[in-house]
Amino acid sequence: MKPALIRKLFADTCTAAVMGNQTGDAEFSWAAVGRELGVVPDGEINIAQLAVDRHAQSVHAEKTAFRFLGADGSARNVSYRELAKLTDRFGNVLKSLGLEKGDCVFVLCGRICELYVAVLGALKIGAVVSPLFQSFGPEPIRSRIAQAAGKVLVTTTSAYQRKVAALRPELPSLQHVLLVDDLGAGSIADTLDLHALLRAAPDTPALVPTGREDPALLHFTSGTTGLPKGAIHIHGAVLTHYATARTALDLQPDDVFWCTADPGWVTGTSYGIIAPLVLGVTSIVDEADFNPLRWIHILENERVNVWYTAPTAIRLLMKAGPELFAGHRFPDLRFIASVGEALNPEAVWWGQDVLGRPIHDNWWQSETGGIMIANTAALDIKPGSMGRPLPGITAHVVRHQAGEPVTVIETPDTVGELALVTGWPSMFRGYLNQPERYRECFAGHLYLTGDLVRCDADGYFWFVGRSDDVIKSSGHLIGSFEVESVLMEYPAVAEAGVIGKPDALAGEVIKAFVVLKQHIEQNEDLRLELMGHARRRLGAAVAPKEIAFVPALPHTRSGKIMRRLLKARELGLPEGDSSTLEQAEAQREKK
Amino acid sequence: MSQQQEQIRTEVLAIVKRLAPEIDPTKIIADKPLRTQIDLDSMDWLNVLAAIHEKLGVDIPESDYGKVQTLDSIVAYLAGKIPAGSLE
Repeated sequence: MKPALIRKLFADTCTAAVMGNQTGDAEFSWAAVGRELGVVPDGEINIAQLAVDRHAQSVHAEKTAFRFLGADGSARNVSYRELAKLTDRFGNVLKSLGLEKGDCVFVLCGRICELYVAVLGALKIGAVVSPLFQSFGPEPIRSRIAQAAGKVLVTTTSAYQRKVAALRPELPSLQHVLLVDDLGAGSIADTLDLHALLRAAPDTPALVPTGREDPALLHFTSGTTGLPKGAIHIHGAVLTHYATARTALDLQPDDVFWCTADPGWVTGTSYGIIAPLVLGVTSIVDEADFNPLRWIHILENERVNVWYTAPTAIRLLMKAGPELFAGHRFPDLRFIASVGEALNPEAVWWGQDVLGRPIHDNWWQSETGGIMIANTAALDIKPGSMGRPLPGITAHVVRHQAGEPVTVIETPDTVGELALVTGWPSMFRGYLNQPERYRECFAGHLYLTGDLVRCDADGYFWFVGRSDDVIKSSGHLIGSFEVESVLMEYPAVAEAGVIGKPDALAGEVIKAFVVLKQHIEQNEDLRLELMGHARRRLGAAVAPKEIAFVPALPHTRSGKIMRRLLKARELGLPEGDSSTLEQAEAQREKK
Repeated sequence: MSQQQEQIRTEVLAIVKRLAPEIDPTKIIADKPLRTQIDLDSMDWLNVLAAIHEKLGVDIPESDYGKVQTLDSIVAYLAGKIPAGSLE
């Protein structure tokens, strides 16, 4: 059996020492981070200015900011100077279309250069940017754009034709759709050609002054009930992106960095776009889908120094077997980190055995905007633990029960809810249009994360589970309500309940239990039709992978579906006393 | 295309259609990457490979994923692994 600790040597810690790390917490302050970036209290601050223009106006202007690897084997380097010009052009395009500070711009693309230009260019003019996951189907796209009254959408012709065109009548706020013509389809009604607009726009500075508390990003996340929640983040969040790239990812200015997350999820924005640019490093962006051998070649040939990836990808690489790695060397790889869900100890050790470096798990969520708790370069790793709170972050384990005051649990190894002391720069500033739900996330000066954890005597946090029923599939949070609603749209369906079914690779896969309307006969054709309907509406990433027809679903007295009971049955676990479960559900409803 | 390749092609399309019932197999462009045309995530793709293994008895190792990007290349790859005349 592997030991429970991976000890760090002096050589591992020397790069991390640049910034205090956990050991030098006393020296850390957010004000000092701001000073380093030249930000004065109450002064102007703009994420894109700090990420792009600051470097474009420095001696590092010609340094490669992004290296885009095409699915066809091509590669394109974009320097900080070029990126500044492109984002100015895009900012000027938005201005010419009448966009103003605070207007919402959505982006729905694969990992192509235009996505990065659109996000940063929109930030420059003070627009609020919301990147959508490219695998979303029409319904998640519609509900998010409608909620935020998005004015502009940047997407590809293929995605537009497949997912958006038919939605236009339902999205009156959407004034302009800017297309990257990936099909060579030519002009399409009610859309504009992004490349033509960029060519025609001036590359004069597009920057619009923004303040620390001005909204910058909108990241949608899912709960168990109701609509997806749009977590609002501000320009001041960039202090967290910058500081944590160093403390949690050990990123140094001369590094080649590869964050494999899609910008449609918060990791791909905070650490796939913003953090590495603010630090001035070169980032690899791979347009292609996951492919084990391709990833090995990227790590090796692009000489990646710091790699930030996710448990599902790591498990898929582990599944491929060590033979695939034979003959490949990774002498440049210095630090590996993972996020999305708790990383199993075997995966931490696999990194050490196969890549020569252990994998550092860390923890955060859409609401926190940046990494909060991490295994860092300087700290011994306890495989299976998410690590310790970063400098500037104070975390507690709390007792949080309906009708009772929230109290901090001091006894080590006691399970409770993870809570963070408010005040870090990237804390979300609201859920769009849902102030009540935002307020419910706080108790006094504590943000309640909804994750159940324990903290050991050494201060390491360990993930235990969720306090609600949200599903984590391939590291992505999926709201059961959004999936159930789409299943219920189907004429033959009377009711649907959705659970996360444990899966060795994805963590959880979505399984739906469906009750059909009276007199409708269940058969394989109907099951496939329903599956097709769900996939067409939700997209592959959100639609259920399994659908089972059942005669009835278990309910609480108040009529809520008891998803926990469905899950217990699926796993063959004791169902327990259903009246107790009902009481528990009722309590949770009150919360 | 040989009769065997035709059979393989039909079987592969049936497998994909079962996992992604929303697709119209007649619209698939055979020499373009499959995953850019239809919405298959990583888990779907693994399920396609598992079903190919189950139905056609061919295990596609991770090192060969690069060789099975399009419908044409999947059919050609499988045809090279399945002895001629062995499909019913």
